[in-house]
Amino acid sequence: MKKIFSRPESLKNVTTHYCAGCGHGLAHRLIAEVIDELNIREKVIAVAPVGCAVVAYDYWNFDCTEAAHGRALAVGTAIKRVRPDNIVFTYQGDGDLAAIGTNETIHAANRGENITAIFINNAIYGMTGGQMAPTTLLGQKTATTPKGRDVRFQGYPLNISLLLGTLPAVKYVERVSLHNPQEILKSKRAIKQAFQNQIDNIGFSLVEILSPCPTYWEMSSEKAMSWIRDTMTKEFPLRRIK
Amino acid sequence: MREKIIIAGAGGHGIMLLGKILAQGALREGREVTWLPAYGAEVRGGSAYCMVIISDRKIGSPYVEKADTLIAMNGLSLSRFKPRLKENGLLLFNSSLVTGKVSAKARIMGLPFTGTALKLGNVKVANVVALGAFIAGKKVLDKKNILRVIKDMAPQGKKDLIEINRKALCAGIGLINDKS
Amino acid sequence: MTGNEAVAEGAIQAGCQFYAAYPITPQNELIAYMAKHMPARSGQLNRVFIQAESELAAINMVFGASAAGKRAMTSSSSPGMSLKQEGISYIAGAELPAVIVNMMRGGPGLGNIAPAQSDYFQATRGGGHGDYHSIVLAPSSVEEAYNLMFLAFNLADKYRNPVIVLGDGTLGQMMEPLKKVRNPESKIQNYKKPWALTGCKGRKPNVIKSFYMKEGALEEFNLKLQKKYKEIEENEQRWEESFLDDAEIILVAYGTMARVCRDVVDNLREKGKKIGLVRPISLWPFPKKVFHRFTGKADQRKRFLVVEMSYGQMVDDVRLSCCGKAKVEFIGHSGGGIPTGEEIIRKINEKNI
Repeated sequence: MKKIFSRPESLKNVTTHYCAGCGHGLAHRLIAEVIDELNIREKVIAVAPVGCAVVAYDYWNFDCTEAAHGRALAVGTAIKRVRPDNIVFTYQGDGDLAAIGTNETIHAANRGENITAIFINNAIYGMTGGQMAPTTLLGQKTATTPKGRDVRFQGYPLNISLLLGTLPAVKYVERVSLHNPQEILKSKRAIKQAFQNQIDNIGFSLVEILSPCPTYWEMSSEKAMSWIRDTMTKEFPLRRIK
Repeated sequence: MREKIIIAGAGGHGIMLLGKILAQGALREGREVTWLPAYGAEVRGGSAYCMVIISDRKIGSPYVEKADTLIAMNGLSLSRFKPRLKENGLLLFNSSLVTGKVSAKARIMGLPFTGTALKLGNVKVANVVALGAFIAGKKVLDKKNILRVIKDMAPQGKKDLIEINRKALCAGIGLINDKS
Repeated sequence: MTGNEAVAEGAIQAGCQFYAAYPITPQNELIAYMAKHMPARSGQLNRVFIQAESELAAINMVFGASAAGKRAMTSSSSPGMSLKQEGISYIAGAELPAVIVNMMRGGPGLGNIAPAQSDYFQATRGGGHGDYHSIVLAPSSVEEAYNLMFLAFNLADKYRNPVIVLGDGTLGQMMEPLKKVRNPESKIQNYKKPWALTGCKGRKPNVIKSFYMKEGALEEFNLKLQKKYKEIEENEQRWEESFLDDAEIILVAYGTMARVCRDVVDNLREKGKKIGLVRPISLWPFPKKVFHRFTGKADQRKRFLVVEMSYGQMVDDVRLSCCGKAKVEFIGHSGGGIPTGEEIIRKINEKNI
């Protein structure tokens, strides 16, 4: 019998700590599949974030480092510069990439570092218990916006991908989503493109992935998926930004 | 032998460079030497000074609390640093820019550094005129070594600078020799 | 050569492969020297220079380059060092080698750009969060600054630990001859780095981290760190001493301040005063051993006078090292002025210590 589905070599044979319905496991797997398909596992160096995916290195089967909260792209910049033959990517949440690390993000992108950034946008802080993220939608209730995000006090959701798209040194930005199988396949294609760009020395590439957090959205897994489709994509439309 | 020098003036007078040439010259003679600038936010126009120590022995503090020689390129720096000159030290000041009578318990020599430089055709070499006056006044350094430093420091393609600086150095030496 | 340039040149000679920093007075000559010479003398080392967008980014770049197995360094001055503390804590926690230079200036806050030694506590106590230590080396001349860069990189690699080179604005700005006398310690010691991130070809994946969530795991790791620190304290105390055999008054000072004290010692020795000097070169580990010599009964007449460009920081370590058995006096200020030779002599005379 022909084996048509198995665990990618880039993924360790362990159970993740993620909540039921969380998007991180899916995103990890897509990255692992892409790395296997591009045959770069032995060259990859990953930079894990601070946030729910802090122990991503326990799940991926290639070289990894942690980075202080928000500093992944500074750490990644240096690794790629001193080891230009390796493939370096960062995996960061919305707080990491677009709040505490905005400075590192913008400047690594603006320098045109030839690295790949995977940006998980779930509009909430998961690890610390459901507080507002820079990407939290207007009206969205969180632990720190109990009455919903109010533009008068918390401003608008930060569209960091759009912002990065304006920088001349940024070569590829695409926003994708994990809310149904079709979008998941698109996500994988975008991730592959972002890695291929690095292999081809094209420059800074970023994939923003809208990802469900049923726990802190206080929804069922199924409802979380439709919330992305019906609500989140209104603020963050799925498209190739650059 | 230990010679402690304070060189002071306005930004743009070439104070730091004067100190550096002096320090490098001393280095060529195998002496111990320190050069310490007062560093500030001003680049042009503000005040500038540096401290140089030349010695036969290992130098401790690079700070010059009391100087054997003060080279002052303008009136402001003269009045500011005069109190830090040792009794009977050497005071070389730029008479082209300092007006009025100067008194101090020191060997006072007012010499036209800027005027001499202008006569040579480049006001910027006033610092090297002052350097010439210093080496003639204190005789702690050989003119040859200073000239070598100037030669080494001159940027590629600006070799004509060497000649005018040589002239400035000699003119500075001349200012002292004419006086004594 | 200025102290800043000597530090930079020393780092390059010591095999520095990665340097990132953000400009700040009074260490700007250092970053400019690296900008010019790191790429120009890249050779086989593939030396990288980056002007980072902040001190935070710079120290985290150092984290990355070091994780990738390269000799990495950053430099700054006091306010910038405060920003770097996050990264230094992570570097200590991930057991990565790194060299961090601090040419201290006046504080707190923006302070001023005059030389100071007020970051002694920050450097020697850890500075960032958690139970850790950086090795701290304090050069007092341009030549020593050059030579200590070799030691800094070697110790960093040997112990997989951050090493801080602590100078001040005076050292950074002053020019002094650099004779490059071959100090026996001034050569590159190569340490294998099997832990480095190079891509997992032919081996299991490597992971660099400082995160230990499993019950008991962090304590176990911290005990390992403490064992390492003990070993460093045993092996790496460094100091210079003069006239300790007969000295009744012993000055204690480091860096630029020790130079002022050396003049005082020379001056008073000529007048027959029994005075000596201890100059700590490693500030952590603090050279306790030299002070332990003077805690016996026979030595009780010895008096220490600690001189700092700060308001009593190193003096704590001297007191702890003397275990209450010797009299320890203090003189110091910071914020612009430095204690002068005259002032130190006045203190010695008036107190009749």
